[in-house]
Amino acid sequence: MAELANAAHAAAEHGAETTAQEYITHHLSYLTFGQHPSGRWGFAHTMEEATEMGFMAFHVDTLFWSLFLGGGALFFFRWIGKRATSGVPNGTQNFVESIFEFVDDRVSEGFNHKNPVIAPLALTVFVWIMLMNLMDLVPVDWLPEVAIFIGHFFGQEHMSFKVVPTTDPNITLGMSFSIFALIIYYSIKNKGAWGFFSELAFHPFGKWMMPFNLMIEIPTLLAKPISLGLRLFGNLYAGELLFLVISALLGLYQLPFHFVWAVFHILVVPLQAFVFMMLTIVYLNAAHDGAHH
Amino acid sequence: MDITLTIFGQSAAFFVFWWFCSTKVWPLFSNVLEDRKERIADGLEAAARAQKDLELAQNASSDQLRVAKEQAALIIDQANKRASQIVEEAKDKAKIEGERIIAGANAEIEQEMNRAREALREQVGAIAIAGAEKILERSIDQAANEELLSKLAAEL
Repeated sequence: MAELANAAHAAAEHGAETTAQEYITHHLSYLTFGQHPSGRWGFAHTMEEATEMGFMAFHVDTLFWSLFLGGGALFFFRWIGKRATSGVPNGTQNFVESIFEFVDDRVSEGFNHKNPVIAPLALTVFVWIMLMNLMDLVPVDWLPEVAIFIGHFFGQEHMSFKVVPTTDPNITLGMSFSIFALIIYYSIKNKGAWGFFSELAFHPFGKWMMPFNLMIEIPTLLAKPISLGLRLFGNLYAGELLFLVISALLGLYQLPFHFVWAVFHILVVPLQAFVFMMLTIVYLNAAHDGAHH
Repeated sequence: MDITLTIFGQSAAFFVFWWFCSTKVWPLFSNVLEDRKERIADGLEAAARAQKDLELAQNASSDQLRVAKEQAALIIDQANKRASQIVEEAKDKAKIEGERIIAGANAEIEQEMNRAREALREQVGAIAIAGAEKILERSIDQAANEELLSKLAAEL
C-alpha cells in the first residue's frame, strides 16, 4: 500500500518519476551477488551491473528464502518428530502427520517399487515448494521495503529484493534438473546403461528406426525437467506479476483486487506444489520400471 | 531469463534437504505412525478377544444358570419326597406308639383288674369267713374250720 508513496518518495530523492513499469521491473529483479566484469566479486548495485555479471552470480534473495523456508520446514518437522508420540498426538504433531500421511499415500499410489528415499523426496519437494509459493501471498512490498530499509545501512540504495523463490527460474529449474539427474541415475541403476539406451533408441518403432526413435525420445526425456521447472515458474511468475500490476496501477485502491487475486492464488499455490510432487513421483516411478515395454 | 549460479545453489540445497529429510525427519514419523498402527491393531484385536470372551462368559453363565435351576428343582423334589416320607414315618411311629400305649394301658387295666379281683376275693373270703364264723359261733374244731375256710377262700 505504501509503495506509491514510497515510490514517489524515492522519485523525489532521485529526481526522477517512477513509472509503473519501473516499479514492476524493480520488483522483478534480484538482489545479485556475483563477479563483476572486472573480476571482482560483489553485489550488483544496478540492474545493468546484474546483467553484466551474467552466469557468474547468485540471486541472494531467492536463494536465501529458498534455503530459509526449506531448512526451516525440515528443522521444524524434525523438532516435532523428536517429540512425537505414538499415543494420542497433539495438534501440531497431528498437522505434520497429516502432511506426512498425505505425501505417503500419494507415493504408495504412484510409486510401485521399493525405494525408501522416494517418499522423503516427495515430502521435501511438496513442503518446500508449497512454502516458497506461499511467499507469493505476502503483500508485494512488505519484505522488499524491509530489505531496502536494511540496505540503507550497507550503502545499498534502492536495492531489489525478490521474496518468492519459485518466481526465479533458477530455483524451479534447479530442482527439476536435480530430479532429472535422479531420473537418469535411477534409470541406469535399475535398467542398466544398455536398458536405458534401448528404451530411448528402440521405441516407439523397431531398432531399424533408431535415429527417428532417438529424435522422438530424447526431446521427450529432456522435456520432463524443463516442463517440470517452467510450469512451476510460469504459474508463480504470472501470479506475482499480476499482484505487481494490481499494486502498481491501483495504489491504495488495490485491496479488493489484491484480495480476489490472492484468494484465487490460494488455489494455485498448493496445486502447483502438488503437481510438482506428483510428476516427480511419476517420473521416478518410470525410472524404476523394468524394460518391459 | 537469467540463469545464474543460483541454479547450482538450489540443486545443492535440494540434495542436502533430501538427505536430511530421508535420514533425520522421515524415519521419526514413519516409526511413530508404525507404532501407532501396531497399537491400534493390538487394541482392536484385544477388543475382539474381549468380545469373544464376553460371549463365552455369557454362554457359560447361562449354562450354569440352567444347571443351577435343574439342581434346585431336583433338590426341591427331593425335599418334598423327604418331607412326605417324614410325615409317613411320623404317622407310622405315632400309630405304633399309640398301639403301644393302648397295649400298655390294656395291660395295666388287666393288672388292675386282677389286683382288684384278688383284693375282692380276699375281702369276699374274709367276709365269708366272718360269715361262717358267725354261723359257726361255737367253732368246734378250730383246725377243721380253718382248713374248711381256707378251701372256701381258695374257691372264691
